[in-house]
Amino acid sequence: MTTGIRTASGRALSEVTLDALRAGTLERGDLRISREQLEAQAAAADGAGLRQLAENLRRAAELTAVANDRVFAIYERLRPGRATHAELVTLAQELAEESLPRLAAFVREAADAYAARDIVKALR
Amino acid sequence: MRSKRFERLDARPINKETFITPWPEVGLATMHSPFDPKPGIAIRDGVIVEMDGVARDDFDLVERFIAGHAIDVNVAPRAMATPSVEIARMIVDINVPRSAVLDVVSGCTPAKLVDVINQMNVLEMMMGLAKMRARRTPANQAHVTNRKENPALLAADAAEAALRGFAEVETTAAVARYAPLNALALLVGSQTGRPGVLTQCAVEEATNLKLGFKGFTSYSETLSVYATERAFVDGDDTPWSKSFLAAAYASRGIKTRFTSGAGAPALMGHAQGRSMLYLEARSLLATRAAGSQGSQNGSISCIALPEALPDGVRVVLAENLIAMLLGMEVAAGNDALSSHSEIRKAAKLMLQFIPGTDFITSGYGAIPRPDNMFGGGNFDVTELDDWYVLQRDLRIDGGIVPADEAQVLAVRERAVRALQAVFEALGIPAIREDEIRMAITAFDSGDMVDRDRVADIDAAQRLLDGETTVVDVIAALDRKGYSDVAASILEMQRQRVIGDYLQPAAIFDADFHVLSALTDPNDYRGPGTGYRLDGERWQAIQALPRAWDPRRFGDDLAAASSERWLVDAGPARTGGEPEVVVAVGPAFGAAIGHTLGGLAHRDVLAALIAGIEGEGLPARVIRIQHTSDCAFIGHAGAQLSGSGIAIGVQAKGTTVIHRRDLRPLDNLELFAQAPNIDLDTYRSIGRNAALHALGKPAAPIPVRSDNTVRLRLIVQTTLMHLRETECVQREREPIELRVAIDRGARAAVAGSAVGA
Repeated sequence: MTTGIRTASGRALSEVTLDALRAGTLERGDLRISREQLEAQAAAADGAGLRQLAENLRRAAELTAVANDRVFAIYERLRPGRATHAELVTLAQELAEESLPRLAAFVREAADAYAARDIVKALR
Repeated sequence: MRSKRFERLDARPINKETFITPWPEVGLATMHSPFDPKPGIAIRDGVIVEMDGVARDDFDLVERFIAGHAIDVNVAPRAMATPSVEIARMIVDINVPRSAVLDVVSGCTPAKLVDVINQMNVLEMMMGLAKMRARRTPANQAHVTNRKENPALLAADAAEAALRGFAEVETTAAVARYAPLNALALLVGSQTGRPGVLTQCAVEEATNLKLGFKGFTSYSETLSVYATERAFVDGDDTPWSKSFLAAAYASRGIKTRFTSGAGAPALMGHAQGRSMLYLEARSLLATRAAGSQGSQNGSISCIALPEALPDGVRVVLAENLIAMLLGMEVAAGNDALSSHSEIRKAAKLMLQFIPGTDFITSGYGAIPRPDNMFGGGNFDVTELDDWYVLQRDLRIDGGIVPADEAQVLAVRERAVRALQAVFEALGIPAIREDEIRMAITAFDSGDMVDRDRVADIDAAQRLLDGETTVVDVIAALDRKGYSDVAASILEMQRQRVIGDYLQPAAIFDADFHVLSALTDPNDYRGPGTGYRLDGERWQAIQALPRAWDPRRFGDDLAAASSERWLVDAGPARTGGEPEVVVAVGPAFGAAIGHTLGGLAHRDVLAALIAGIEGEGLPARVIRIQHTSDCAFIGHAGAQLSGSGIAIGVQAKGTTVIHRRDLRPLDNLELFAQAPNIDLDTYRSIGRNAALHALGKPAAPIPVRSDNTVRLRLIVQTTLMHLRETECVQREREPIELRVAIDRGARAAVAGSAVGA
C-alpha cells in the first residue's frame, strides 16, 4: 500500500519517478523515509506482537530528524568508555529538548547501565 | 600392527577433523554445562529483580538489557511456571498455533529457553523450524566476493546470483577501502540480474552505515551481538550502542540483522563455564531486546568448534530454533566451511534445508571457494547443480532455480556493461572491453586482468567521502541506456521510503512485492498447510537444464546406416548339425543399432561369429520375435540349435549362453551388464559357446566389474529395453537371418581376435 505515503521531504511517493530524476527535481530527502511512515511501521510491528521491533522503529522515527554526522556521533558516544555518565546524561537532555523523547530515554538508560557497570569514560 | 581398513578410515576426509571430549569449565560444551544457571525469575512491581539466579544488582550489561527489554513481565510468571517439556511439545504440536508459542516464549529467560530446547531431538526441532520460522516462503542468501576485488567480476557474479534467485547478495572487502566500489558493483549487478535483490557490503560499522545512507546497500547484517558484557566491550560495543545502530539504519529505511553464534564466546575466552547454547540464548535475547527484526546465527564462522564436540550440529539447529521462537528472521548459517566430509556437510545442511528457514544459508558461495573473502564457501558455485538436484529430489524450495548457460552469459554481460557505464559517468577508472569479455566467462578472479588497485582505491575513497549517492548512479544508468536497471534501483529507494521491508524476514519478489512475517506469515499447521512447492515454482525447480525428454531417446537408437545388413531369410529351421545359434532380439540391428555400451550391433555380431568360427564350428543367426527377454531369447535359440547351444543377445547387448535342456531362466553363462562387455568379451562368448557345443571344457569368462554402470545407465537401459519390447510380435516365429557384414569389418574383428 503506497497511497498517501510521503517521503521525508514531504513529497508524495508517487512523484518519486525516473521522470522526476531526469527533470532534475529529485532531492536527497525525496528518497528518505519519513518519521510518520516509521511510526506507521512501528504500529504494524506492534500489531503483530513485535514489541521490541516496534520500539526500535519508534526510535528510528525520531532519528529521521537527526543529520547523518550527528547519528555517527551519537553512536560513537554510546560505545564503551567513550563518554562519562554526565556527558551521556547531557546528551539525553539535548535529545529531549529536540523532541526526541524515546532516544533521550534510551541514552539515559544506557548512561545508568554504563555507570552501574563502570564502563563509562574514566574521569581524569 | 595396523589394519588396512583402519588405515583407509584414517585417510578419510572426515578424519581431518578434530574431535574432543567436553570441557565445560572453559565453555567447550554444546547444549548443556553443569555451570549453566537454573531457570528462574522474580518480578517486583513490574521489574525483573532476579533472573536465572542472578540478582538485579549483579546483572551484567547483557542481563540488564535482556531483563529490561526482551522479557515480557506479564507473561513471565506463567511461562516460567510451565514445565519445559510442555513448551517443547507446544512447539511441535501442529494444533498449537505459532502465535501461542511466541506468546509463551516471550516470558522465558535464557536458561528456560535452553531447558525447553534440551527436551527436543533434531527431528522435533526441525518440525519447530517448519512451524516457527517467520516467513512462509523460504529463501537463500549468496556471497559474492573475489580476491582481486575486481568490480567487473563482482557485477557479473552478483547478476548471476540474482538470476538464480538468491534473495540477498552479500559482499565484503578484503581491503576495507575498496568497500564503496564493491557495494556499487553488487548493487548494479544484482538489479540487472533480478530486480528486488537485497544487497549489503560487510565492513566496519561507520563505513557500512555511510554506504547504506548513500543508497549503495539495502541491508546490513554486520551487527554482532555477544553473550556477555566482557565480550561486548571487547567488541567495542554495548547492547545499547548496537541497538542504536539498528535504529540508525532503520531511520534511513535500511534492513538490519544482528549476528551471533554458538562457540564464539568460547573462542573469545568469555564463556565463563557456560554452554554454547546458554550463551547463544543470551545473545539472541539481546538481539530481540535491541529490536532487531532478525538474526544471522548457526555458529557461522565458529562452526568447526561446536562440531568438535558431541551435539555439535544439533546445537546449531537449536540456536536457529531459539531465534525463531523469539519471532525473528533467521539466516541459518551453513555459510562457513563445516566439514572436509561431503557426507557430513550435506547431512548438516538437511536440518535447515528440509524444514526451511528464512535464509537456508547465510551466504551460499555464488563464486568459487578461493574467491570467498568471508572465509566462507561451505557450498560454492561448483556445487550449484548438487543443490538444484536436492531441491528436485525432495521437492524442497532451497531458494534458487536453475538457469541455463546462455541466460547466465547474457545477464553477466549486461551487468558488467551497466557497471561500465556507471564507472564512466562517476569518473571511476574504466572497465575495459577485454575486462568485460573476461568477466562474462570467468571461473574465478584468476581469469581476470589485474586492475590499477591504487587508482581503484583512490576512486573508492572519493566515492565514500564525496557527495555522490545512488541518485547519480540511477541517472548514469538511465542516460546510458539501462533505464530498466535504473528503474529497479530507484524502486529499491522508493521501497526505503515505504519501509515495509523493515518488518521481520522481508525479501522482495521480482515485482517488488514484500514477502515478510507480516505479508507472508508462516501458517504451517501440518499437512496441507504452510509453504508448498507447487505450480510454476515447482516446474522451474524441476527443469534442470540437463533434464531431457525420454520420448526423444528412441530417435537416436535406429541403426546408424540404413543399409540392410541383416536380411530375413524365411522361417528358422531346427538345425541337425553341430553349430552354435546366435539368437538376437526383435530390435537388434533393426530398430536399434548399437548396444548400451555404444558398440555397433554389426561389430558385436561379427565378434560372436569370429569366436564361434575360431573353434571350427559354423554360426547361424536367427531373430527371435516373440520376446525381448534375454533368457527367453537364448532359450528359444537353443531349441533350434543343432548342438543345443545358443547365444542370446538383446539389442542393449545383454548376452546369455543357453542350452536346450535348461529351464528358460537358467543358463550356462550370463553377461548381465552390457556396458561392461567389450568386443573381446563378445568374441570369448562366441568361443565358449562353441566349446560347449563341442563338449570341451570352457572356463567362465571374466567380466569387468563396474558398480556405477547401473547408476549411470539405468534410464538408458529402461528406454532401450522399452524400445525393443515395442518390437515384440508375440505370434511370430523365429526367422533365419542372412548376415551381410562387409569383408573389411569382419576381417578387422577376426584379425584382432587373433591378436588377442
